[in-house]
Formats: sequence, structure tokens, C-alpha cells
Amino acid sequence: MTEPYFDLRGIGFAYEPDWPVLRDVSFSLEPHERVALTGENGAGKTTLLHIMIGLLKQQAGEVVAFGSNRRDEKDFWDVRTRAGLLFQDPDDQLFCPTVAEDVAFGPLNLGKGRAEAHEIVRDTLASLGLSGFEERITHKLSGGEKRLVTLATVLAMDPQVLLLDEPTNALDEKARDRLTQILASLPQAMVIVSHDRAFRDILKTREFNLQNGQAKRS
Amino acid sequence: MSHILEKATGDHDVEVGGVHSIDPRVRVIVMVAFAVVVVSLSKFTVLGVALVLALLIALSFHLPLARTARRVATMDAFIIFMLFMLPFTVPGEEMFRIGSLIASWEGLWQALEIAIKANAIILALLALVGSMEATTLGYALRRLCVPEKLVQLLFFTVRYIEVLGQEYQRLRSAMRARAFKQRNSLHTWRSVGYLLGMLLVRSLERSERILGAMKCRGYTGRLYALDTLSLRHADIVFAGASATTLMILLWMQYA
Repeated sequence: MTEPYFDLRGIGFAYEPDWPVLRDVSFSLEPHERVALTGENGAGKTTLLHIMIGLLKQQAGEVVAFGSNRRDEKDFWDVRTRAGLLFQDPDDQLFCPTVAEDVAFGPLNLGKGRAEAHEIVRDTLASLGLSGFEERITHKLSGGEKRLVTLATVLAMDPQVLLLDEPTNALDEKARDRLTQILASLPQAMVIVSHDRAFRDILKTREFNLQNGQAKRS
Repeated sequence: MSHILEKATGDHDVEVGGVHSIDPRVRVIVMVAFAVVVVSLSKFTVLGVALVLALLIALSFHLPLARTARRVATMDAFIIFMLFMLPFTVPGEEMFRIGSLIASWEGLWQALEIAIKANAIILALLALVGSMEATTLGYALRRLCVPEKLVQLLFFTVRYIEVLGQEYQRLRSAMRARAFKQRNSLHTWRSVGYLLGMLLVRSLERSERILGAMKCRGYTGRLYALDTLSLRHADIVFAGASATTLMILLWMQYA
């Protein structure tokens, strides 16, 4: 039996004590699953993704990821090498001057050498149809290009899981279709947060709904 | 989102009513006068009185003890090395010696004098000026004919420092999400450099967007205050009492 990549048990989280965003959310992600996570604005979808990789610390419950219970920053470092988060706003993610440097950032954090990192950059960009983007300035890319480059920065770390936070936000139809196609061809397990029903329907293998701080299978 | 708003607005100690309703201009002027007078003092008895006065002001403004102590300690940390060095660098009667280094009594007194002055002034500053909203301070400064550019710098710093802080935090999170660990390596230093550089570029672009948005609403280089300041009886009493007290301090020193 394969164990789930993620197993969240009874997660509770509140930004303000009187207004819990998540209360008692349990959720698991099996290999090869593409789970669409839905819910209203402020339902805690982003919060849940951030808890999964330890950027936020849950106030109740446990995060079991890749077979072990994750508690501190050190545990989560390991989780982050295996689960890549695509941030809602691509600008939050791209911080290096050039595309190549930004894509190489993750592999270098994983201890890869410069030559190997360069190779990864080239291959990853090529696989997304972004060959020749290496020396482009990150903050001068168009919205669609930024989105694909952030996907490249995450894929460059060769994760087993992709956590996608509103990946189609502010993309035009063409860029959206291209992203959908690329994601559909990827082998990774995914958690997809999106308000875009058509996009979800193409990718998802099942759907999970967050409501009043609780998860409901829908 | 609400936690962000709370962070942006929740962390200050502004009070209203009582001494806190004294006109901000009067408070700024009294503060400056107090600082000038205290700096000119040199008798220890008079300095002691000034320090007690500063403490009384701080008490009457209900400064929170822990935070005030922390802020005063921060300021002290800046001058502590100078205070330790002074006895050894000022020539005079020997107090003790370490090897060939001679500590003088004169140096010790000078160090003490500076310490008392600095602490008295910072206490008064925290009470008189630190307890008002930064925007109120801005309007007060403008009324006191401080250059418009400086006042606007203050306003925008207050408004956007939190936004920048959040932008920094988001980028940091994104870096951690890609397994970034801080080490003493070239990779770390380069990445932190990129982070700061990107923050600078973003800030510059953001400031241009803000300026554009302001121009769209008719901004021509001047901000207009919503509130009107007017001197009340209590303000004049406070100013008069302060002036008298400062004169007494000067009289004690020089008479």
C-alpha cells in the first residue's frame, strides 16, 4: 500500500483568536491525485496550503507529510524540497534579476552544483516552452510569462507534489489554456486552489470544499 | 486580510484626553526647548532635577513601562561604548589604571553627565512626541514651518513601511518555500542581495504608481490637513508652565 503524500489531521488555525479560519480540517493527498480545493474568499484555502509546507504553523492538529509527522522548521525544509508551492501572486515569488537565476535558486538550495543547476534551468525552461528566457529580466515579464516562469522555478526542484494557489489568476485565455495543458501533462500530485470551474474540471480527480472552517467532500 | 490590518493599525500607544490632548505644536516646541536647556546644563544637581522632571512627564503621559524601558535601553546601547571609553580618553586625576590605560575621574563625570542628559531627553521625547500619532506629528511639524518635503517623507514612511514589511515577508516566505536556508555562503549572500534589490525596485515602481494615482486625484505637491489645530487655554497654560520650569532650571545652573 502506498502511503499518502499528505495527511492533515484536525487542523485548526486562526489569525485572530475569535475568528478561526480553519477548525478541524482533515485532508489527505494520495500519489497521482489532483485535488481541487474550493471555498469562498477567506475560507482558508491559501492558509491550508501554507500550513502544508510549514510557512504557517497550525494551532491544532498535525501535519503528516511523506510519511512522518512534521513539527518544526527543519522537518518542513524537507517537505518543501518535495512539495512545491505556486504562490497566488507571481511577483511574490520572483525575486532574482533574471529568469535563469530565479529558476536556479531552488536547485542551488538543494545543494546542486552550478553546472548542474544551469542544466536544470535549461531543461526546465525548455519543457515549458520557455527556451531563450534565461536572461530575461523577471519583473519585466508579462503576466502569463511570469506565471510560467514561477512554475519553472518550482518544477526545477523536481517536486512530487504541486500546490497551486490560483494559478490562472489574471491570465488571458491563451495563457490559461497553455498552463492547463502543461499542468495536465505533469505527473505530480496536485492540490489546486482555483475559482475557475472549467480549469478545475479539466485537471481534478476529486474536489474538496472548505466551508465554515471545515472540509467537505463535494 | 484582517490580521494584516490589525498589524498595520494596532501597534501604537496613542491615547486621547488629559495631557494627551495638549496641542501637538506646543508639545514639539516644549520638547525642543527642553532638549536645548538640558544639553546646556552641567551641574549634577540641576541635571538630576531635569531627569526627575523627565520622569514626571513620562509618568503623567502614562507611558507603558516595559516598552518605554526597552526603547530607552535601545538608545543607551548606542552610547554605551562611548560612555565606557570616556574615562580612559579624558585626561585628569587618576581613578584606577588597567596596564598603561588610566581612567580619570573627569572622564567618569563627563560620561555620567552625557548619560543623564541623553536619558532625560529621550524620556521627554517619548512622552511628549512619541505618544502622538505620527500623522499628527507631521501636521504639527508643517505648522511649525518644517519643509514640506520632510513632512511628506514622514507621512509616506508611516503609511508604507508596513506595506514594504509585508512585501519583504512574502518574498521571504517564497524563498523558504523553495527550501532556502540562511548560511554563510555566497549563494545566501547573493540571494539576500537579490531580495533587497527586488524590494528596492518594487518600492520604486510602487511609489511611481502611488504618485500616478495621487496625480489622478489632483495632487500638485502639497498635502492638505483634514484636522484644524487651534490653541486652547490648557495649551497656553502648559506652555507657560513649561517655560517657567525651564527658566528655573537655567537659573539653578547659571545663577
